[in-house]
Amino acid sequence: MEQDRLSAVFGALADPTRRAILARLTQGDLSVGELAKPFPISQPAISGHLKVLEDAGLISRTRRATARLSHLEPEPLRDATEWLARYREYWDESYERLDELLETLKSDDTERTR
Amino acid sequence: MGTTQITAPPGQPFIEMSREFDAPRELLYRAHTDPDLLVRWLGPRKYEMIVERYEVRDGGRYRYIHRDANGEYAFHGVFHGDPSPDGITQTFEFEGAPGHVSLETMTLEERAGRTTVRIHSVYQSVEARDAMVESGMAEGVNDGYARLDDLLAELSARQPAASRG
Repeated sequence: MEQDRLSAVFGALADPTRRAILARLTQGDLSVGELAKPFPISQPAISGHLKVLEDAGLISRTRRATARLSHLEPEPLRDATEWLARYREYWDESYERLDELLETLKSDDTERTR
Repeated sequence: MGTTQITAPPGQPFIEMSREFDAPRELLYRAHTDPDLLVRWLGPRKYEMIVERYEVRDGGRYRYIHRDANGEYAFHGVFHGDPSPDGITQTFEFEGAPGHVSLETMTLEERAGRTTVRIHSVYQSVEARDAMVESGMAEGVNDGYARLDDLLAELSARQPAASRG
């Protein structure tokens, strides 16, 4: 994935309201009004968040009669986790090995002082 | 044991990492500075690790290689300041991306026999950092993206088909 797109995805995910919006959209498409209900913020503020999510490719919007519906687009999320995963794997595995080595070193030290 | 916390804030050219170990600080320091010990843990198991040089002193150089069936990945840099159990500062460069140098500061903090390792890596630009993470250390990040793991777990639990590759 290109870097600009990735930065947009991470920027969009950095906000708790936007993450909550994404979580709600996993249950189905919703209008701005429906999305705004559980939040103590105005509908225009929610629209602003939706714009950020749409620009990041995390949602798409379609029209149903007079309402615009937001739809979750999971693909960028999958790409984002892959971006993180390889770096994490390198260090997770290294540190698991280090845990084992430290246990060996500790028992060696105990032997020596006996 | 502990989980590795990795933070890579959007738009900032650094990565922060921390991990707790059930061992005193001196032992962690040895594991990070003795090349015979280093080869026993640094990098995924599938790589054979070869340490060409590891001069742990102010101005000392290091170079090591991860090798597997697909090839070799070499890394080198220089230690800055006197390395001690309080901390180690070094430059880091992956030879697959020459000229992209990061500055890494590691600190070791012991509390009640357990030691937290913290590494702060500063890159020359946000793009360089992102490219480094994307290459995954030549093959192979979390909380900074604000509980992305939690969100993804939640998303995949609710919509298993959509989150699958």
